[in-house]
Amino acid sequence: MTAMTLEAINKSFGKVQVLHDISLEVDEGEFVVFVGPSGCGKSTLLRVIAGLEDASSGDIHIAGEKVNLTPPSKRGIAMVFQSYALYPHLNVRGNMTLALKQEKQPKAVLDERVAKACQMLDLEDYLDRYPSELSGGQRQRVAIGRAIVRQPKLFLFDEPLSNLDAALRVNTRIEIANLHKALDTSMIYVTHDQTEAMTLADKIVVMKDGRVEQIGSPMELYNNPANKFVAGFLGSPAMNFLPGALVGDANHHTVGVRPENLFLSDTGVIEATVHLVEELGGDTNVVAMAGDQPVTVRLFGQHPFEQGQPLQLGFNAEQAFYFDGDGQRVT
Amino acid sequence: MYKARSNLLNTAAMHGALILYMIIALFPVFVILINSFKTRRAIFSEPLALPNAETFSWIGYETVAQQGDFFLYFQNSMIVTVGSLFFILLFGAMAAYALSEYRFRGNLLLGLYMALGIMIPIRIGTVAILEMMVATGLVNSLWALILVYTAQGLPLAVFILSEFMHQVSKDLKDAGRIDGLSEYTIFFRLVLPLVRPALATVAVFNMIPIWNDLWFPLILTPSEEVKTLTLGSQVFIGQYVTNWNAVLAALSMAILPVLILYIIFSRQLIRGITSGAVK
Repeated sequence: MTAMTLEAINKSFGKVQVLHDISLEVDEGEFVVFVGPSGCGKSTLLRVIAGLEDASSGDIHIAGEKVNLTPPSKRGIAMVFQSYALYPHLNVRGNMTLALKQEKQPKAVLDERVAKACQMLDLEDYLDRYPSELSGGQRQRVAIGRAIVRQPKLFLFDEPLSNLDAALRVNTRIEIANLHKALDTSMIYVTHDQTEAMTLADKIVVMKDGRVEQIGSPMELYNNPANKFVAGFLGSPAMNFLPGALVGDANHHTVGVRPENLFLSDTGVIEATVHLVEELGGDTNVVAMAGDQPVTVRLFGQHPFEQGQPLQLGFNAEQAFYFDGDGQRVT
Repeated sequence: MYKARSNLLNTAAMHGALILYMIIALFPVFVILINSFKTRRAIFSEPLALPNAETFSWIGYETVAQQGDFFLYFQNSMIVTVGSLFFILLFGAMAAYALSEYRFRGNLLLGLYMALGIMIPIRIGTVAILEMMVATGLVNSLWALILVYTAQGLPLAVFILSEFMHQVSKDLKDAGRIDGLSEYTIFFRLVLPLVRPALATVAVFNMIPIWNDLWFPLILTPSEEVKTLTLGSQVFIGQYVTNWNAVLAALSMAILPVLILYIIFSRQLIRGITSGAVK
């Protein structure tokens, strides 16, 4: 059974069309991540699913029901916002129970669900505090708790980690992954961070300029990108796109090689000089210049390079990706 | 060491300037206050002298208490000011919310149209307003003043408040919608408390002109039972003789209520600047 289906969703603001003909299915219990650069329409798509914006055309089904005209509160969804969006005049308990009170749920249900959510999120000690008395990480946990107590059919996350610092981001990411395992509810998660997308998703939807570029599991997209955009967006450092002529391959317009698939070799076809070295301890990222063309190489372990040092780089043809002039993959 | 001393100098200079400004601003009020406690002769012979045993007199306040119904005037002014402020804030905030929150055709034009009122003084329309009030039978009722002052205050209120409404986190309103709050609940419970400083600012901006206005009371509410304080005080200013004792006493008393209102709003202003809803 599908948790949510989108059929040919279009959305325009005045004359500007921000979503183009988007169709998508989210299975029961699936974790779907919308990823793309800012302004690609992923947040708008999420808001359309939530009912905060109306689609200009197309159908939205949640748990088998058409919800095009259903108000957000009746769609069986819960949403977590980037800015937490906690109610400043209510304490943690009040924040978490407001929606249930609106639904006129009995107090016993309220208490039980709040207790359960608090236990999952380690919030027991903060129930009587106000949002202003909590740290950023705690606020985001309260916001997630507020979503959990509603027991929605579908969770929506709108860049929930963007306001957190790096360490907290990793922890909260793991927490969300655990939460998904524990609740086994479908989740849709919007982010511009490809690491979050790769680590959390069962299914990634890569978007650009209001269009879906490709849908698939993280490894599918990584190993088999449909076009240059998807290939370049997933993976860090990003894939190198080299003109065919540079690597002695006149048959293809562009050859894509991931930085980890390049290696030092005396017989390598790419001749370059070291421009920049990022030593990360475990890995070393080298940005080398082959003429005007920057090439990033990711080497395992520590390598002492000096700026200006000449390098000869090679790659295996079967690990490379080939693209035509329009950025489409050529097999 | 040097830094500390220069800071001290800076602070002193800053406070000096502020104190100087305060003295300039408060001086007229101070002169009114001291002269309201003096005999007529003393007011004219030495206007800047403090009242002493010889010149001290309650005569001004006694005249005010005897002549006219000043308590009623106070009450009228208070009703008009508080009533007008209430409607300005309520309708101003609602209009500002609609303009900043909802996308609809003509949104921008409507906002500009409302802002136009800031540039056109309402007194230009006095004759038309008087005709309307006569036609609706509102002349000589406090409602006439409340309506006019509400209209007068709305443009600036909408303009200021819509700026502040823009700053209220969109996520917060959306969270309310997803939790099933009605638009009214979102407006009154989530948005209004967050723009409280702006509300206080608008209230203070509007309060003083309304309280002090002479023009519209003179035209719309001249009869005795609906006179406002400023209009009531005019009985002491004659063409040939002005009873300065009474005028100064009436003005001194007129300061008090508005001072109290101001203190209430400025408290709100400070208290309003605390929230932890969003980062």
